[in-house]
Amino acid sequence: MTAMNDIQLSDYVTFTTAGQMFGLPIECVQDVFKPTSITRVPLAGPEIAGVLNLRGRIVTAIELRSRLGLAARDAGQVAMAIGIESRGESFGLLVDTVGEVLKLPDEEREPNPINLDRNLGRVAAGVYRLDGNLLVVLDIDRVLDLSPEAAAA
Amino acid sequence: MDDLLREFLTETNESLNLVDAQLVRFEQEPNNGAILGNIFRLVHTIKGTCGFLALPRLETLTHAAETLMGKFRDGMPVTAEAVTLILSTIDRIKSILDAIEKSEQEPAGGDGDLIDLLGRMARKEAAAPPQVAPPPPPAPAPIELKTPDAPEKADKQDKLAAERPEEDRGDRLANHSIRVNVDTLDHLMTTVSELVLTRNQLLEIVRRHEESDFKVPLQRLSNVTAELQEGVMKTRMQPIGNAWQKLPRVVRDLCAELGKDIELTMRGADTELDRQVLDLVKDPLTHLVRNCADHGIESPAERIAAGKPAKGTIRLSAWHEGGHIIIEISDNGRGLDLAGIKAKVVEKGFASEAQLAAKSEAEICNYIFAAGFTTAAKVTSISGRGVGMDVVRSNIEQIGGTVDLKSVSGAGTTFTIKIPLTLAIVSALIVEAGGERFAIPQLAVLELVRAGHNGEHRIEHIKDAPVLRLRNKLLPLVRLKEVFRLGACDDENGFVVVTQVGSQVFGVVVDGVFHTEEIVIKPMSSKLRHIPVFSGTTILGDGSVIMIIDPNGVSQALGRAAAAAARAENSELQSREEESDEDTVSLLVFRAGSQQPKAVPLSLVTRLEEIDCRKIEISDGRHLVQYRDQLMPLLRIDAESSLKKEGAQPILVFSDQGRSMGLVADEIIDIVEERLNIEVSSDRPGVLGYAVIKGATTEIIDVGHFLPQAFADWFRRRDPSAVRQTRSVLLVDDSAFFRELLAPLIKAAGYRVVAAASAADALAALKSDARFDLIVTDIEMPDMDGFALAEAVRAMPAAAAVPIIALATMVSAETVERGRAAGFHDFVAKFDRAGLVAAIKEQGADLNRAA
Repeated sequence: MTAMNDIQLSDYVTFTTAGQMFGLPIECVQDVFKPTSITRVPLAGPEIAGVLNLRGRIVTAIELRSRLGLAARDAGQVAMAIGIESRGESFGLLVDTVGEVLKLPDEEREPNPINLDRNLGRVAAGVYRLDGNLLVVLDIDRVLDLSPEAAAA
Repeated sequence: MDDLLREFLTETNESLNLVDAQLVRFEQEPNNGAILGNIFRLVHTIKGTCGFLALPRLETLTHAAETLMGKFRDGMPVTAEAVTLILSTIDRIKSILDAIEKSEQEPAGGDGDLIDLLGRMARKEAAAPPQVAPPPPPAPAPIELKTPDAPEKADKQDKLAAERPEEDRGDRLANHSIRVNVDTLDHLMTTVSELVLTRNQLLEIVRRHEESDFKVPLQRLSNVTAELQEGVMKTRMQPIGNAWQKLPRVVRDLCAELGKDIELTMRGADTELDRQVLDLVKDPLTHLVRNCADHGIESPAERIAAGKPAKGTIRLSAWHEGGHIIIEISDNGRGLDLAGIKAKVVEKGFASEAQLAAKSEAEICNYIFAAGFTTAAKVTSISGRGVGMDVVRSNIEQIGGTVDLKSVSGAGTTFTIKIPLTLAIVSALIVEAGGERFAIPQLAVLELVRAGHNGEHRIEHIKDAPVLRLRNKLLPLVRLKEVFRLGACDDENGFVVVTQVGSQVFGVVVDGVFHTEEIVIKPMSSKLRHIPVFSGTTILGDGSVIMIIDPNGVSQALGRAAAAAARAENSELQSREEESDEDTVSLLVFRAGSQQPKAVPLSLVTRLEEIDCRKIEISDGRHLVQYRDQLMPLLRIDAESSLKKEGAQPILVFSDQGRSMGLVADEIIDIVEERLNIEVSSDRPGVLGYAVIKGATTEIIDVGHFLPQAFADWFRRRDPSAVRQTRSVLLVDDSAFFRELLAPLIKAAGYRVVAAASAADALAALKSDARFDLIVTDIEMPDMDGFALAEAVRAMPAAAAVPIIALATMVSAETVERGRAAGFHDFVAKFDRAGLVAAIKEQGADLNRAA
C-alpha cells in the first residue's frame, strides 16, 4: 500500500485506430459516444470529418486516421468518438474502437522513439510498453492544432 | 469580491444611471415633486448601503448631496448651478465606485471641495429666498458632515425610513423583478433549444406510428415547449430605453459646454430588442446624438437669426417594423454642410470634383461615413476626430443592420438605423447541393428562380461562366456544388437563389430548395472559421447540423474581378444601382490578335460559339464555316489575328435577317457591366475607340465596320435601289457610345451624319443648318427628352416637316402613342441596327416621293 502511494499514477482512456493502441489522459476526455449523422463540411481540411449534434451541442468531428496520415476506415466499419472539451468547444475524435481505462505509473512513460513516424511524432507525448502492446499517449492540444504549419507534412 | 459588495456595485450603478436621467428631467421641471422624491430616495439608498458596507468616503459625500436634495424637496428653488453641482457629485460617486470595483476598497483622497460647495449651497440658498417657503430650520448638515457620529445619523435614518413607506408605494411595481445573471439566461436559452430539438425528434417518431398513446401528451409537451421557448426568448429582450438612459445627461453636458439649448425627446423607449444587439448599438447611438448636438444644432443666436426657436430639438424614436427595429435620430439643426463635405471629399482624395458633380446630394452626404472623414473645422472634445461615423457604420453593419441619413439644409438631419431584433435567430432558406443541406440567410435572398431546359429560365454559358437571363439582365451565377467541390453540377434541374450582397446581385445555383426556417445561429468551430463561405452552424428541427452560408463569401467565388468591382462600389459608399441600371452597358470582353482586350456591347452579339477548326473552309480567300445550314463568313478583327490551326475556335456570331457572320476571337475573357466612356476615339477602321474597362484599356470594336465585309449588301439588302444623293441625318443621343455606334452605321447607309449630344445641341444645329433630311433621336435624355425635342422641332417653321425617328430602349403602346402625338414618324429599338437603317430608308423614300 505504501509502495503504491509513492508511485504517481495516471488514468488513460485507451483506444485503437488502424491497429495502433493510443491513450488520452482521462482529464481530457468528456465522454465516449457513437457518432451518428455527421454532416460533411465542404472545403474543410481532410482531418475534419464533419459536424454533428450531440445533445444540442455542435461537435466538430476530427478523424484521427486522417490526422495521422493513415488510410481511411474500411467501408462498413463503424467509428467511435471520444468527446473532448477544448477551449470552450466540443470535439469528437473519431477512432476505430475504444478500450478500457488504464492506470499507468507516470515514471514508466518513455519519450517518443526518435524513429517514430513523423505524423505520429507530432501528436505523441510518450509511449508505454504494455504486455504485448505499445500504447502511444496523445497530446490532445497538438492533435487539435490543425494550423497549416502543424498540418503541413 | 464579496458578494454583498458586488451586489451593491451593480445596484448602485443602476440607480446612478436612473438618477442621471431623472436629474435632467428635474432641471426642466423643477416643480415636479415626484421626480425630486425619486432622486432623493435613490441618493438616500446609496448612502444607507454605504454605511452598512463601511465605505465612509462615499457615505459622507452622498450625505452632503442628500442634504441639499432634501432642501430642494422642502421647497428650495432649484437653480442650474445646483443641478450642475449635484451632477458633479454623482460623477465623483461614480469614480469612487469604479475604484472600489477595481481594488475592492475606497480610493484615498477626500471630497472636501464638493462637500463644502454642497453644504454652502444648502445653507445659502436656504436663507436667501424667504418668500418662497417658510424659512427652514437652520441646516444641521455642515456640523453633521464634520462629525458624522453614529447615533445622530441613525436617528435621521430612522426618521427617513419612517417616511419611506408612503413614498415608496408608487414605485413598488418596479420592484417586481429580480436580477438574473446573463450567463444563466444564455444557458437557459441553450437548454430550451435542446428541448425543442428533442421534441421535434419525438414528433417525428410518433408521426410514423399511426396509433400511439403518446400522441396526446406529446402534443401537450409540444405546446408547453413552444411557450417556454417564447418565454426564454423574452427574457433576453430589453427595452431600447436602456441604451438611451445616458443620453439626456450627455446632451445636457454638451449644452453646457457648447452654450447651446437643446431638448432631447424620446419616443418608443419601451421598444424591445435582444440584449446582445442592444449592447452593440449603445455606442453608435451615443455618437450619433453627440454628433447632432455638436454639429447639427446651431447656437441659439444662429437659430434666432435663421428664424427658428432658440431651443434646438433632438428626437430619438424607435419602433418595430417587420423583423427589425428602426431607430431614428433627428435634429432640427442646420443640416449637413454639403459644400464642406464636397471640399473635404476632394481634399481627402475620396473622389474628384468631376465625380462629385455627377452625384446626388444624398450620395455626397454618405461620404461622412467614410473612414477618416470629418468636416468639423476644429477638433472638439465632443466630436470631430474623424473616427466616429465610420465606426458607427461598421458597428451597425456588423450586426446586420444599415444606417442611412437624410439631410435638408437649414432644416436638420435624420439618421435612420435598421437592425435585426436578435442576432441569435434568423430566418434562413434551406437548400441542397451535392446531397448536403445548407442554410442561406433569408435577408440576402431576393428571389428564387427555377432553372431548367424546359422552363422559362435556362442557364447559359459564356466561356465557362454560367449566366442566367433574368428580365433583360444577365445574372452571373455561382454553382454551389462547384464552390464546395461536391462534384459536377447538373444545370438541367436546378434552382437559382438570386442573392444580393451590397449592391452586387448574383445567382447561386443549388440542386434543391426546401423551406425557410427560423434558425438559431451557433458559432462556428474554430477549426472551420477560416472557410470564408460559411458564417456559422445551426441545428435544424430534425436534429441534424447544417452549415450557414455567408453570401459574402460565396460572392467571392464569382471571380476576383467581380468582387473587386463590388468592393469598389461599396467603397463609394453608395448603392448606385439605379444609376448603373440606366447607364451601364453589358460588354463582352475578348481577345483577338493583339494582347489588348477588345469589347463589343453584348446586346449586339447573337451567340458565342466554339467551332471545330477542321470545319473551317477557305473559299476565295475567305474563311467560311457551315453554321445552321448556311455558310457563315468568318472575319478577323485585324491582320494580326489568326485562326487557330486545331481544336476549337471561339467566335462571336452576329446575326440578322437569317444571315450570320462570325468574328474570330482568340479568347472570351469576361462579361462586364460598365458605364461605357469612350475616352479616346480611333481612326483605325473597325475600332470605335478606347475605353477603360475593369482597369484595362480596351478597344471598343465597331461591329458596323465588319458587317458589310461579310455581306457587301448587309445594309442594302432590303432596298436594292441604293440611295445615291447625300442626305444628311441629325443624330441626337446623350450617350457617346450610341453616337459612336450609330453614326458609322448611318454613314454606311449613305448619309451624312451630324451628331448632337443633347436636345439643345440638336435644336442649335437645326437653327444654324436647317438642311437636315431626317432626325434620329434617343427618347431618354436628361434635361430635354425626345418627346420635347420633337415638339420643339415641330414648332420650328424651317424644320417642322423633317421626319423624326425615335430610338427607344423599351417600346410600349403608350410611348408609341405619345410619340405619334409629339410628331415621331417611326420607332426603332435602340439596338435594332438593321431596323434603323430600314426606317431611315423608308423615311428617305417618303421624302423622294414627296419631292
